[in-house]
Amino acid sequence: MSAPGNIRNWLDQRFGWDELMAFLRHKTVPIHRFSYFYFLGGMTLFLFGIQVVTGILLLMYYRPVPDGAFESVQYIMTRVPFGWLIRSIHSWGANVMILTAIAHMFSVFFLKSYRKPRELTWLSGMILLFLVLGFGFSGYLLPWNMLSLFATKVGTNMTAQVPLIGHWILVFLRGGEDVTGATLTRFFGIHVAVLPGLATLLIGLHLLLVQRFGMSVPPSVEDETKAHPEKARELRFFPNFFLRELMAWYVALAVLGCLAAFKPWELGQKADLFASAPAGIRPEWYFMFMFQTLRFLPANVGPFAGDFIGVLVFGVAAVVWTCLPFFDNDRRGRSTRWFTGVGIFALAYFVGMTVYAYLGK
Amino acid sequence: MRIDSQENSRSLQNSGSREPAEPARRPFLELLLGSSIVASLISYLYPVIRYLIPPAQAELGPDLVVAAKIGELRPNSGKIFPFGGRPALLILTADGKYHALSAICTHLGCTVQYRPDLHEVWCPCHNGVYSIDGANISGPPPHPLEAFDVIVKGNDLYVQRPQNT
Repeated sequence: MSAPGNIRNWLDQRFGWDELMAFLRHKTVPIHRFSYFYFLGGMTLFLFGIQVVTGILLLMYYRPVPDGAFESVQYIMTRVPFGWLIRSIHSWGANVMILTAIAHMFSVFFLKSYRKPRELTWLSGMILLFLVLGFGFSGYLLPWNMLSLFATKVGTNMTAQVPLIGHWILVFLRGGEDVTGATLTRFFGIHVAVLPGLATLLIGLHLLLVQRFGMSVPPSVEDETKAHPEKARELRFFPNFFLRELMAWYVALAVLGCLAAFKPWELGQKADLFASAPAGIRPEWYFMFMFQTLRFLPANVGPFAGDFIGVLVFGVAAVVWTCLPFFDNDRRGRSTRWFTGVGIFALAYFVGMTVYAYLGK
Repeated sequence: MRIDSQENSRSLQNSGSREPAEPARRPFLELLLGSSIVASLISYLYPVIRYLIPPAQAELGPDLVVAAKIGELRPNSGKIFPFGGRPALLILTADGKYHALSAICTHLGCTVQYRPDLHEVWCPCHNGVYSIDGANISGPPPHPLEAFDVIVKGNDLYVQRPQNT
């Protein structure tokens, strides 16, 4: 027998290789006018992989101490061969990944893919989205520049608005009362150990659930296929859909490479704990809608501080949104249309506030 | 929901089990695709490998450093000092002579020390022994320690690499 045949036999006897392959052969993806949205989850997964690889590479030179962090990133950007490329891909990749994750979430929302039996898939996906935002927030501080220092001060300060345990969260996140070198060490640990561990577990669960239930078909398409069963079309996952996805990944990598080459990520000025906040201080774009909302709020709303109301509303909205499948499990009817309306409002609010924050000033 | 109609199987044919009209095209296209993939993979791996090779260290530093002050060392003692980013050993013998050696053991790179009781240079890692001139005299070290010149200028003891004259 040939060598590949031998290896295959060996694997088959131990792990049931042929069974696994048979599963892959039988897995199909429904083809309809919304099929392109099926690419978004895989794209986010691919970008996560890019983040893991470039992140490990950055760890080879990065030093998480206040006297060395900025300098080590500077060293990566200027002295290490292709360091600028690796770091810029990591920074751009983070932003593109958050974009695709948010797009994935909204597409799942509007295609109603979260309905029974996929409640836990949605729940694990939402927690993953929060983890991804946590990656963004913690990673932002690591180059230890002025912008990231003040963004972290403001961001961690907001947690103090949480009733009862707010101050405790603030001290926990900062590693003390203020943003200092202790915060850098803490954020580094969270960014490279805690979050990757949690994310890997949840991605495993998320993918397992996706495999278990297969691809969801939107209600409108489901009705059509019920009326005209002969029109239903499917595509084999392997290799047909997988190769298409692979092509999309190649394109994404090329886009990241172009962004990194033509718009290398800035390093800014080294953080100075005793300098005034620079003008134009702002968070990353994915936190902009919250940032803009807080700017609109007056100092006091009734007996409460304006920030408190803002944080409260966003907190409640996040919890409701996460638990959505448990509210909207109705196959059809008024309530589900009402939820679609809420989703359109949420998307419009997110986009509108973000755009306003950049254009408005 | 799942339909195994002909319609369906036709849509599955996208992967292309259809017989090619001209058989020569397929191998050519496969070669083209395969070499493109290999080329692009190389273009991804090359930066990563180059990135992992650290940039060359800056020059090892000056060839001449102040190792100590006169009177800093007691007779029959030694002192480790940095020389071009690496440890070196300055010895004042009992009879008042200065010796300077590389402090990196030629066996496996531990930092050696002066043993006043033996009047020799000793490496604790594998019990290697050198003379105060740096010659390897017992134990595993395969080569002598590099010896440096000691120059007295004013109140300072300078150590420099031997000049190639």
